[in-house]
Amino acid sequence: MTGGQLLLNGLAAFLTLCIFSFLYRDNPFYKFAERLVAGVATGYWTMLLFHTNFVPVVWNRLAHDGRYEYIIPTMLGLMMWTRFSKKWSWVSRYSIAFYIGISSGITITLSLYASLFRQLEATINQPLTFDAAGISSFLIIVGVLSALVYFFFSAAHKGSMGVISRIGIYVIMIGFGAGFGMTVMGRIALLVQRVIFLRGYVNSLTAFFGG
Amino acid sequence: MKREIPLMIVMVTGIIMFLQYFFPGRFLFIPFISSEKLFEFLNDWVMVIGILSLPLGIWSLLKANVNKLKAADERFYSAILLMGFLVMVISGWMPEWRTKGVHLAIFQSVLIPIQSTIFSLLAFFVASAAYRAFRARSVLATILLLTAFIIMMRFIPMGPISDINNWLVEKILMVPNMAAKRAIAMGIALGATATAIKIILGIERTYMGRD
Repeated sequence: MTGGQLLLNGLAAFLTLCIFSFLYRDNPFYKFAERLVAGVATGYWTMLLFHTNFVPVVWNRLAHDGRYEYIIPTMLGLMMWTRFSKKWSWVSRYSIAFYIGISSGITITLSLYASLFRQLEATINQPLTFDAAGISSFLIIVGVLSALVYFFFSAAHKGSMGVISRIGIYVIMIGFGAGFGMTVMGRIALLVQRVIFLRGYVNSLTAFFGG
Repeated sequence: MKREIPLMIVMVTGIIMFLQYFFPGRFLFIPFISSEKLFEFLNDWVMVIGILSLPLGIWSLLKANVNKLKAADERFYSAILLMGFLVMVISGWMPEWRTKGVHLAIFQSVLIPIQSTIFSLLAFFVASAAYRAFRARSVLATILLLTAFIIMMRFIPMGPISDINNWLVEKILMVPNMAAKRAIAMGIALGATATAIKIILGIERTYMGRD
């Protein structure tokens, strides 16, 4: 490992410890790392979006491809800057209107197709046989329906509705539990990775100085 | 004029984007308008308006932190944020600079370590949240934590018990977890669709702000 790499890894190790110091309490080291990452992340995403969105979609199309129809959305985008002025900020509503209108129109078909119809199809389109796979399919159907009943508030959750919605909330809790377990393990994996990094850095430091 | 025209724009663009899905090929049977091209073009509008709105956020962040430079207790941290931002923007100005040199070094030695450490910190907070939830001693909390416990045990080698646990985890993930996730996805899809329809019809207008 070169001196430069060691220095950069030292910076990474220092910042890692700065963030871990929050476990004690909020302190200047944590604040330093927090603000640094806020600035660096903003700068990183700004340049990423500049090179991957602005240059190919706006600049290249107008300046190189001669697609002058892109002047309209560019003007709409620039109209957003009227928000800097209290007097003219209403002009930005036109841009927001296009943004919201187009997005809403897409959302209807996209969410209905991907998250409703495809999920319904996957739930219904399963064989109900008298084996393990069939029982699983049946339980998935019961689970989906009962969980949907739990979210259905147009009828009181009493009697049979109450029983079904009770099953529904149990199913949902199992789903949340699974998600929770996965999240915890993901975080633990990250923690292990950071600890391994710190140990590796100490080892490389020792090796560099001939320890 | 300040509100009516934006509402009209939202309605017209929303309906166009909704209808284009049902007219593959020629939009509304009009010979010279391709639905696919229309979708692509209007989708680009969203991207262009979005990317040109980015300076608003950057300006807001910079302004807030430049103002904080006057406050003695915040001066250092705001300067760090501004410096991090400027260094990333300048070092990533040219596309080829983004994959080497200072920009890449800061990305690897500052951004990645801090972000992964912040996420690994959540392991501690999630564990403490789980402890508090478990103290609630309700049936639902117990189901949630028992499921999470079984899922987490999958990552621990326990000899022959691991086989039983792995089988149980697979069943939990493939049956009740899937049922819950599907029901939630369907609920989200219905909610998103209802909200989009309300926006297109002008019932939901909060996005326009106040006069």
